[in-house]
Amino acid sequence: MTGPQSSAASDAAARNGESPAEAVIDVSGVDFGYTATPVVENVSLTVAPGEYVAVVGPNGSGKSTLLKLMLGLLRPDEGAVRLFDEPAHAFDDGDRIGYVAQQASASTEMPITVREVVKMGRFPHVGFGRLSTDDWEIVDDALATVGMGDFADRRITNLSGGQRQRAFIARALASEADLLVLDEPTVGVDAESVEAFYDLLDALNERGITILLIEHDLRAVTDHADRVVCLNREVYFDGPTTEFVESDALARAFGTTASIVGDAG
Amino acid sequence: MNPVLQASPLDPLLAPLYVLLDLWSAFMFLLWDLTGLALLQYQFLHRAILVGLCIGVMAPLIGTFLVHRQLALIGDALAHTAFAGVAVGLFLNAVIDLGVSPYLTAVVVAMLAALLIEVISETTDAYNDVSMAIVLSTGFALGTTLISINAGGLAVGINQYLFGNLSTVSPENAAILLVLFAVIVATVALTRNQLLYVTFDETAAEVSGIPVTWYNRVMVMLTALVVVGAMQIMGVILVAAMLVVPVAGAAQISGSFNGSLLVSIVLAELAVLLGIGVAYYAGATAGGVIVLVAVAIYVLAVVAGKVRTALGDDEAPTLGAIDAGDEPTSD
Repeated sequence: MTGPQSSAASDAAARNGESPAEAVIDVSGVDFGYTATPVVENVSLTVAPGEYVAVVGPNGSGKSTLLKLMLGLLRPDEGAVRLFDEPAHAFDDGDRIGYVAQQASASTEMPITVREVVKMGRFPHVGFGRLSTDDWEIVDDALATVGMGDFADRRITNLSGGQRQRAFIARALASEADLLVLDEPTVGVDAESVEAFYDLLDALNERGITILLIEHDLRAVTDHADRVVCLNREVYFDGPTTEFVESDALARAFGTTASIVGDAG
Repeated sequence: MNPVLQASPLDPLLAPLYVLLDLWSAFMFLLWDLTGLALLQYQFLHRAILVGLCIGVMAPLIGTFLVHRQLALIGDALAHTAFAGVAVGLFLNAVIDLGVSPYLTAVVVAMLAALLIEVISETTDAYNDVSMAIVLSTGFALGTTLISINAGGLAVGINQYLFGNLSTVSPENAAILLVLFAVIVATVALTRNQLLYVTFDETAAEVSGIPVTWYNRVMVMLTALVVVGAMQIMGVILVAAMLVVPVAGAAQISGSFNGSLLVSIVLAELAVLLGIGVAYYAGATAGGVIVLVAVAIYVLAVVAGKVRTALGDDEAPTLGAIDAGDEPTSD
């Protein structure tokens, strides 16, 4: 097992030609550990506007932790994280970020309808006020986009995991953000819909929305993302998807047995 | 029938509210004329009914946000610290003749305790049973100790705080409650979006730019206010029930959040009014009867919820395709 391929990371940054000031997300030299053991070590990467970046890595590789650092939910022990050129932990311009968490972050017993959940996507826009007719239209459009229009008045606790996840995706859509951050968004979603969901992300990305995806499903990543960051505590690879497929980063990060499932095309 | 008229340093401040109380009383007398209900002839019961109606709104209003975050017991912990606050008030009144309602000192102490619980949970990263239990017992221990030091004169008065009492709702205490009520309802009305988001999904709320920590602090302090307000009738020991039981009932029969808020208030008002009525005619303590009625309503709500699920309007709706082609959102 060789060390992390730090040269690939700097290559990618050079290729993108982005200065940190323009970056949507800028992580530089970040270390973080919940205890003395680092979970994320010396990670630097920059996400430019309009990119479609996927972060992959084995279980326990620090993917979700890195995501929390990027969103300012955690503060790095070393290094700095900037979000839209503000320190991530101080960033409060919530209408620029749409977030779909891994399942189970939300309350599972509360009486609340699907439409009320999607409505929350508009909260950063309305603040203390009421949702306008336009806001409600955006909510209903988001529901229709994820195929949940008929479920609008259903109680979310009575839905299947996949249906619930669609509702959370709709909430992120309703926020009309510049940056969509998704943490394994398709867990529990049926296979057919997963494909359609990634097509939806492609369409959103084409319209200029920056996408940061944490994903376990390597095929989805290689089929859709433009750029892959392969993480296992440190960055093992950071570059275009085509180079990732050809590289040995996966084997090094995951150990030897992993391979990309199916045809990377 | 003359209420306990004691001069309070707050009287000038509360004067406008006394006018309001008089108006309410006039309205109740009118209702007595119309209905002939014997309990409407007493002015102290007019105030008790008004206080009860306010409790029926504010307790489930705050309780809804607590119960769905598994914080049902925080009301109980704060009630016990509020008891310490009452004891502090009685103590100060006895020692330095402060002359304010013990409910005011209870407000202060309970709010401090609420902040303490919140700060403990922030630093330990979790609301835990243990810290709640420690705050609860500390509050109660402090209360009993203070009272026993000053025994004699003080011991007489504490039953009303422990168990609540319809007949001791003085104009001053009713006015204080009206102020608490206004603060609570106004705060929730203003921040309902943020409170809902934080309650449902704290992480996503944080990402969306809501200062979650501050809203948590606001929430526990509002809880302290509700607890002290409701203590007058419900008593320290039973006050938490009003935060929890109507909310639990509403969750059984309501599918939406706004619906459950409304239903929980309706259920709480039912419990309060029926409870005060039964307590008056049966000569029982109101707090206990109100809670028993609330629990009976909760059981009915569970049954109604089960029956509705069994009969089921449940034709599964069709799940549409994810639509990648169209504009996902329009302006």
